[in-house]
Amino acid sequence: MFDVIIVGAGVIGSSIARNLSKYKLSILVLEKENDVGDGASGANSAIIHSGYDPKPGTLKAEMNVKGNPLLYKACSELDVEALRIGSITLANNDEEIEVLKDLAKRSEENGVEYQLLDHDELLKIEPNITKQVKMGLLAPTAGIINPFELVVALMENAIDNGVELKLNQEVIDIKKNDDSFTVFTKDNNYQAKYIINASGVYSDKVSEMVNPKFFTVNPRRGEYFVLDHFDNNFIKHTLFNVPTSKGKGVLVSPTTHFNYLVGPSSDFINDKDSVATVKEILDEVKFNAKRLVDNVPYQYQIRVFSGVRAVSDNNDFIIEETSKRFINVAGIQSPGLASSQAIALKVEDIFIDSYQELFGEVGKNENFNPRRRPLIRLNKKTIEERRELIKKDPKLGRIICRCEQISEGEVLDVLNRSCPPHTIKGVKKRCRPGFGKCQGGFCEPLVMKILQDYYGLDKTEIDYGKKGTYITLCKTKNE
Amino acid sequence: MKKDYNLSYSIVVIGGGSAGMASAIEAWDNGVKNILILEKESHLGGILLQCIHNGFGLHTFKEELTGPEYASRFEKEVLNRNIDYKLSSVVLKIEKYNDEFLVHYSNSQDGYVIVKAKAIISATGCSERTRGAIGIPGDRSSGVMTAGLAQKYLNIEGYMVGKRVFILGSGDIGLIMARRMVLEGAKVLGVAEMMPYSNGLNRNIVQCLNDYNIPLYLHHTVKETVGKTRLEKVIIQELDDKFNFVPGTEKEFEVDTLLLSIGLIPSNPLLENLGVAIHPRTKGPIVNQYLETSIKGIFACGNGLHVHDLVDFVSSEGKVVGLNASKYVKGELDKEDINNKINIMNGNGVGYVMPSFTNKDVDNTKVSFRVSKPYKNVILNIKQGDNVIKSIKKPYMLPAEMENVIIDSKLLSNLDNITLEVIDG
Repeated sequence: MFDVIIVGAGVIGSSIARNLSKYKLSILVLEKENDVGDGASGANSAIIHSGYDPKPGTLKAEMNVKGNPLLYKACSELDVEALRIGSITLANNDEEIEVLKDLAKRSEENGVEYQLLDHDELLKIEPNITKQVKMGLLAPTAGIINPFELVVALMENAIDNGVELKLNQEVIDIKKNDDSFTVFTKDNNYQAKYIINASGVYSDKVSEMVNPKFFTVNPRRGEYFVLDHFDNNFIKHTLFNVPTSKGKGVLVSPTTHFNYLVGPSSDFINDKDSVATVKEILDEVKFNAKRLVDNVPYQYQIRVFSGVRAVSDNNDFIIEETSKRFINVAGIQSPGLASSQAIALKVEDIFIDSYQELFGEVGKNENFNPRRRPLIRLNKKTIEERRELIKKDPKLGRIICRCEQISEGEVLDVLNRSCPPHTIKGVKKRCRPGFGKCQGGFCEPLVMKILQDYYGLDKTEIDYGKKGTYITLCKTKNE
Repeated sequence: MKKDYNLSYSIVVIGGGSAGMASAIEAWDNGVKNILILEKESHLGGILLQCIHNGFGLHTFKEELTGPEYASRFEKEVLNRNIDYKLSSVVLKIEKYNDEFLVHYSNSQDGYVIVKAKAIISATGCSERTRGAIGIPGDRSSGVMTAGLAQKYLNIEGYMVGKRVFILGSGDIGLIMARRMVLEGAKVLGVAEMMPYSNGLNRNIVQCLNDYNIPLYLHHTVKETVGKTRLEKVIIQELDDKFNFVPGTEKEFEVDTLLLSIGLIPSNPLLENLGVAIHPRTKGPIVNQYLETSIKGIFACGNGLHVHDLVDFVSSEGKVVGLNASKYVKGELDKEDINNKINIMNGNGVGYVMPSFTNKDVDNTKVSFRVSKPYKNVILNIKQGDNVIKSIKKPYMLPAEMENVIIDSKLLSNLDNITLEVIDG
């Protein structure tokens, strides 16, 4: 019997797991995919929103504003890349200026630092934005983050502090017993006193396994372009359109590795799992991005992708103990990443209060360590440091990814951690081989070989990402 | 004072494929013995080692060789001369160092090494355009991969990537892989080409598609890929003259694999980071008549300079660069006289020209180019200013085939631009 089962290992489930690992509790996280952070947490704008935008008084606004500094703190504890570069929302005409002024008012109500800038000031700090720009709202606390690294680091740290993670365990039913729950997956069942539902786009379904239906999660898909590195100073802030009658608009932003993201679109879809891209929609993204940057250099495009957001029908976050010992954390769409640490803190409060009332005082986990072992990050080391490291581990000298200059030793390092990758994509998320211009054309066979050797598998057993995404089908001979 | 570098060479060749080996051999034969070849893979020969089909070497050796055979002939020449080379060694950075260069590389044996070079030959090859670069719409299924990657899994690793295959793009690797997959027992259902003509060599269309009854869908592209995990289906559709889809022309193919042969791009991040000027069309460096880039002492050849269709031409280009780099090191390369510089431009019907400049005082300039669409019975004119200085009848010219012309400097009367253009014959 576990004290608590957390359903879902996205950024929310992983953050909650880490927070609860501060206590003497037995915690199990069940994840349906073969890696953590493979849903919305791994396919989004990679932004730490400042909190100026959500409607004042909503849970979203509260969590975003509280969560922003907490996320920077978590990133520094966990060695996750995050840069506080600030965001600028651009207004190009009178209608947009009116909206921008409303947003400025919201910033004040939400208690978020901001500054209004005029045409000249904007072009001085961002010379590549559209010359049409009339006014901009700078939110200096906004930032960018490596979301893949974040979820992995949160879970790795949670596991190091005693949490148990089981992958490939899709929850298909939950039975409520007198003082516990039985959670059924395809091949197992697990007992727990508490359930925390952090299952993203599926959180309505998981909630309904125990509770009467009271909300619906509508999947909303966002599609993006990714550009290769070409000029680290092309755009220095995250640029947003103001939402207008013509639509919500898109963003153009650098990433923590100086790629650029352009997107997202925003379309409700029927299929919770569809991360397809659609040409017409991406064309519309390009059109909207022109309101920010006249000439986005799409000749550097290396990838398109989409992510599905969990939008609840009341359009706000749902964080509550819905029924006895069943806590819903649902409808966590944007700004879910920025809010994640505040959400985890709120869930921690709800859980601990409830648990202590029923089961008495919860002890502290005396071995809790909020830090994880830093990644190697050869690219950030001096030549002397690199030489020292290679002397100790020659595999750090063997570069397997030419585009991003990643060594074999760095791949082995992420494999030798407590939340290791099992797939090509899992390696890519943790240390970047395949993120460059060749998109794995050169390094994929090398990463596959490392995975094969590490896990003792055949090539045909190595998936690109999700289960079933095999790359090689069979040997050419003897079949 | 601590030295900024570990070792010093006359020439560092980046890339030990066909271009790099040919250039090193030629430089050595011209008296520059202090050469280092840096190769990222664990063997010399580059991409040729996975090209196990034949057809290589007809120009160089007057016989038909496989890729590995062709590579091994050059490898032997490198070994015979005892030219230094380092395998599994990836160059991370090139820096300027007074008039010379520092090349940073890393491997597991020597660690992080910095070598000084008087001249650099960049022979870094090319990479394949990917699904992401053209944003193929639809699900993110596995089983959509570049033809060259599939070729590596098949020919080097001995694994089939799939059993039912569709191919997007009629580049040569795609055509070669169509035949290769069939020979290994896969079913290849077709090849779609966006352009109204093929982008591969005619001999490959005949020998790899026609001989195996594989249909080629010209003016078609992939509209959607379907399959949440592994690929299940591709839908292709016809394009009109403006490259918009023609309604009602969708064709569906149930396949587990989509191979992409949609273009090759010279791979030059090292030169780009150093500030070498890049040609907007070829994506290789802009070079002069010596195939020297915009930074003196850095030369380029092979598919890293512009994409070739025959390895024989890669080797001969490597030879030219090896000779020029060795002359440069010895101080024998004609000092470029900025006052005698002549631009070489692409005119009507010509996609690009390489090199971009020549000089009135050099003897001959070999110009490589590709036409921008197929032509039949036309005339290739070489003009200086408005004067036609050379006219060549061409029964046909195809974008898939790189062409070469020699411009004799005696024909050049002034410093006006040289233009290559195609006119009706």
